[in-house]
Amino acid sequence: MNQVLITIGVILNATLMYTPPLLFAALGSCFSEKSGVVNIGLEGMIVIGAFTGAAVGHFVDAPWLAFLCAGLAGGLLALLHAFATVTCQADQTISGTAINFLASGLSVYICFLLFRTSETMPVKSKLPRIFNDLFVWLGNNLPEGAAKLFRQNGFFDLVFNTYASAYIAFLLVIVVWYVFYRTRFGLRLRAVGEHPRAADTLGVNVTLVRYLCVILSGILAGFGGASITLATVSAFRPTIVVGQGFIAIAAVIFGNFKPQGAMLGCILFGFCNGLRVVLGSDAKISFTLFEKAVNIPIPVNIISMIPYVVTIITLVLFVGRARGPAANGKPYIKSK
Amino acid sequence: MKKILCFALALVLALGLATVPASAENFKVAMVTDTGGINDQSFNALAWQGLQRAKEELGVEVSYLESVTEADYATNLETLYDEGNDLIICIGWMMADALKEACAAHPEQKYAIIDNGSVADNCTGVNFATEQCSYLVGLVAGYMTKTNNVGFVIGMVSPLMNTFGVGYYAGVKAANPDCTIQHYNANSYGDAAGGKAATINMYAQGADIVYHAAGGTGMGVIEAAAEQGKFAIGVDQDQNYLAPEAVLTSAVKRVDNGVYNLCKALTEGTLEAGEVVYDIVSGGVDIAETTTLIDADTLAKVEDAKAKILSGEIVVPATVEAFAAIYGEDAYPFK
Repeated sequence: MNQVLITIGVILNATLMYTPPLLFAALGSCFSEKSGVVNIGLEGMIVIGAFTGAAVGHFVDAPWLAFLCAGLAGGLLALLHAFATVTCQADQTISGTAINFLASGLSVYICFLLFRTSETMPVKSKLPRIFNDLFVWLGNNLPEGAAKLFRQNGFFDLVFNTYASAYIAFLLVIVVWYVFYRTRFGLRLRAVGEHPRAADTLGVNVTLVRYLCVILSGILAGFGGASITLATVSAFRPTIVVGQGFIAIAAVIFGNFKPQGAMLGCILFGFCNGLRVVLGSDAKISFTLFEKAVNIPIPVNIISMIPYVVTIITLVLFVGRARGPAANGKPYIKSK
Repeated sequence: MKKILCFALALVLALGLATVPASAENFKVAMVTDTGGINDQSFNALAWQGLQRAKEELGVEVSYLESVTEADYATNLETLYDEGNDLIICIGWMMADALKEACAAHPEQKYAIIDNGSVADNCTGVNFATEQCSYLVGLVAGYMTKTNNVGFVIGMVSPLMNTFGVGYYAGVKAANPDCTIQHYNANSYGDAAGGKAATINMYAQGADIVYHAAGGTGMGVIEAAAEQGKFAIGVDQDQNYLAPEAVLTSAVKRVDNGVYNLCKALTEGTLEAGEVVYDIVSGGVDIAETTTLIDADTLAKVEDAKAKILSGEIVVPATVEAFAAIYGEDAYPFK
């Protein structure tokens, strides 16, 4: 029983480690896509956020400042994307791809200037684990049976004693949902994504709304990057961001361009990764055939595929056709 | 004014011309990175450091070409041949096939490859006895574990990576025959979150020291150790700076020394085709310099073992087969 609980705890622990970066970026992508701008550059904005977070965190002993700077860096990069796609009406996919290249090159270049290698030194302090003190207290003061769950590697410690960034990511889902569906800005934003001409005729500043949304997507993706380098690990290296931005975009389509749906997509992907870790490298399918025990080992490459395969299958079987904003990906030209 | 400028320009050109013959006497060495790129913070970067040292100390002219995809290997090798390099070094076993063709096409050119045997008569293959340094860190883990339970995270299963594994397993078993060794194959060098989760899982199952040979995945291993107040063991270079309280020791693989030695042999005219193994004796592998977390007793035993490896009294198994011959078929989990 205890063993099962720990295993479930480890899976959920891993889920909450993989999910926050994806979730931040996915929420950012929601903003951008809802307003009609495809943001393939999300991956690059995560990279620049991850680097900025780690670099600032190394020089200044203020993780929250580093976290904010990471958002700022992502936002600046997004400003470039907004300028290219909204003002200059460039192809959004090409601009996003260029941003991805720019970000990985730029972060390594600056890293070299600052640290003389492509890897930053560790940050001075990481984002706080907000329940850590409470759990230590509970572990010392509760009756033995319950206290065990709160001590190191007990069930609650594994699952809930996670970094503040994870809690912020989940709280932001509610905030973004509220902004989209309960505020005037949200209504305008969706109108701009569905039918920019109609919105324009009614006096909505399409350019301004799209600029704001793209910049917001960059800020959130930057936070996502920082949640890797200021919580999951404590330094930046170029291989630390490997496709999270693209998975986040997939999660948004998975969730039919809604923040709550995107969250489910991110959690599913994170959970499958947790499962993959716990299954380990020598999982077997064991059964008895004609009274003989049969053990078929599952190749490790198959196990590594689980998160991706499950995401695709769920996408095809259960989600069906996602319907994106009507004007998504199309530049809005006022005079036409 | 114009005349002065012209004169200055002519002077510069003349000086430029004058320096050309001088540099022609220097040896030219170039390297091709594998797809990890020059900044992989692992062996490509270390190899480049070795070349930089050769440039400073031996006056060798150095350069590199990066391979973005595996298709670049052959063209990069051809480009460096055209540039007239005296020695072309391939970083990584992945380039072996491309190198074989290049060697056959240009039999007069000198080639070398890191982490692979020689592939032709004009090629030097450089291998590192990583089982030896892994054995030493395995001893540290075996002696220092308080729970009689340690872990190993491998980045990918291959004969090369298995040298790290069997060396470590042999070390742990030599120090502590009853010790449980947990294992995890990350199947990736870039999955820090996965490495961290797997390590937390090992700690939750009772381990207190985990060794990684997994590149970027290992960042997660070290992070988990730092977070839980337990120990991790680093790889390739002294990784103690990542978490001074948590990185117990590291198995150091001096790719830079290997590349530097190649350059040195070239300038001294002693470079020969065939296979070289850089081991503890030649300074190719070692245990990390940082020993602040290791107790004196363990340290003495490790020094003793190191001396015995140097003298040949201890022979560390380097392959899965050699390991199985000593400890049995099921003692090592990766095939």
